[in-house]
Amino acid sequence: MGYILAVYGINIQNVVKTSVPADNEIIIGILNGSQQTLNQLYKAYFPMILQFVLTNSGDADDAKDVFQEAVIVLYNKVKSGNFELSSKLKTFIYSVSRRLWLKRLSQKSKNTGNIKDFEEILPVEHDLEQHEIKDRQYQLMEQSLEMLGEPCKTIIEDFYLKNSSMQDICEKFGYTNSDNAKTQKYKCLQRLKKLFFQGKM
Amino acid sequence: MKGDIELFNKIEAYLKGEMSPTEHAEFDELRKNNPELDHQVVAHHNFVSQLTEYGSRHQLKADMEDIHSQLDIAAIESEVVPNTVQVKKMWGKYRFDLAIAASVAILAVLSTLLSTGFFASDKNTSNYSALRREINSLKRSQNALIQNINDKPAHGPTNPGQFGGTGFALTANGYVVTNYHVIEGADSVYIQNSAGESYKVKTVYADPVYDLALLQITDSAFKPFNSVPYSIKKNTSDLGEEIYTVGFPKDDIVFSKGSLSSKTGYDGDTTAYQIDMNVNPGNSGGPLFDNRGNVVGVIKGKQLKYDGAAFAIKSGFLLKALEAIPQDSLTEKLTLSKKNSLTGLSRVEQVKKMRDYIFIVKVY
Repeated sequence: MGYILAVYGINIQNVVKTSVPADNEIIIGILNGSQQTLNQLYKAYFPMILQFVLTNSGDADDAKDVFQEAVIVLYNKVKSGNFELSSKLKTFIYSVSRRLWLKRLSQKSKNTGNIKDFEEILPVEHDLEQHEIKDRQYQLMEQSLEMLGEPCKTIIEDFYLKNSSMQDICEKFGYTNSDNAKTQKYKCLQRLKKLFFQGKM
Repeated sequence: MKGDIELFNKIEAYLKGEMSPTEHAEFDELRKNNPELDHQVVAHHNFVSQLTEYGSRHQLKADMEDIHSQLDIAAIESEVVPNTVQVKKMWGKYRFDLAIAASVAILAVLSTLLSTGFFASDKNTSNYSALRREINSLKRSQNALIQNINDKPAHGPTNPGQFGGTGFALTANGYVVTNYHVIEGADSVYIQNSAGESYKVKTVYADPVYDLALLQITDSAFKPFNSVPYSIKKNTSDLGEEIYTVGFPKDDIVFSKGSLSSKTGYDGDTTAYQIDMNVNPGNSGGPLFDNRGNVVGVIKGKQLKYDGAAFAIKSGFLLKALEAIPQDSLTEKLTLSKKNSLTGLSRVEQVKKMRDYIFIVKVY
């Protein structure tokens, strides 16, 4: 056991070899919706989480899920405007991923007694509570959209998510005028609302 | 229905900022005065923002999947996790299979050995035991007590020593014989007679092959004997001959008798007799006498598991070993007693006469 611990000890030093972008650049990139930022962020911090999950009885897929969820938490926090750079971004991601993984472990009722840590940890309970609420809404919306069916789903997605114009939607779905399309969109949205709020009950 | 759609379109246009400034101001006024409309506007706004939040998260996930698919996960894994953890993972995964495989292997080996009678045969097992005595601490404390009550010997240690055996005087001037295994690895050796007098001795000759050692009393308190009452028999004795020994399996002298049962010792050893006699740890190095009081052997060990199968070095080999000692290495002449003054005496008388020449050998 002592030997294995010693190996971990060495390992801490070679955790992240990738060049790490500055935290404030990442924050600005997130706010601007920059693809490049996401790319940098992913490549810089995924190895750290992979290491953590692998050494704590998970596999690479677990690491992917946990890390992506942590990135979503980070994005929500940054976009809602209450991310303070009081701590390192790295520490934040690590702490969130760690919490998420511990939760999964306890759900799988695996041993959570001895977690091997590689970084310092922040209290992130509040962020995760927020995340859970958002997560439920996300899943509810996903379900509702699935239940909505075509063509409503695509109309809603095109208009509200992809910001397509009513003109484009008209052409795409072959409506004779944009009023018909608007009526259709209205009906679709009303049904979606109904599904969403029913699901919420 | 139609009104609803119109209102809905208006709300959307209002929220998206697609209204002209005058229309926007009008709608603001309308909202102020109509709480129901205001509520509808807020509800719609919230729902649409939830929808867009869903959309952006959906997009984020898709983007991340994209990035993830470009990564070489195996490479990162091997960089980040040392091999020992891989081994540990393998161990965690396969240990039960391993355990089962190992048990099957062990079972197979054991059953093969069992079925081929490996365990049934005694031939290969080591069940020979040399008879030097290990003196434990309990005995030591008891002994110390006894010696406090009794008169202390004038000199020499009161400690009973680490190991004990038996030795017997060979010459009147203080040469004593015992087993090599008794004094093997000794720091210092003392002998003590049945009267409790203890003398320092030094090892002058050791013969591991015959398991014999020659000690010489170097103690100034030692007064040479007049003569040694027994002699050593040159020839081998015959089967069935009645024999006996006196030795120190405990702190007092003990007599045991038996008969000569074989002319070969443990595992066909031609230098030893097998004797039918109850001997115990501590008897090692003791003299083996025949009825006439000749030394016919030196007790050296016994076979475990078999009662009454003990072994003694033939006296002929004792003489051979003594002959091999270079005479000029000895400070005093080694003259063996030729006269046996025990012949014809009863066994009780023999033992009484010889007991002063038998010693407990204490090894430190």
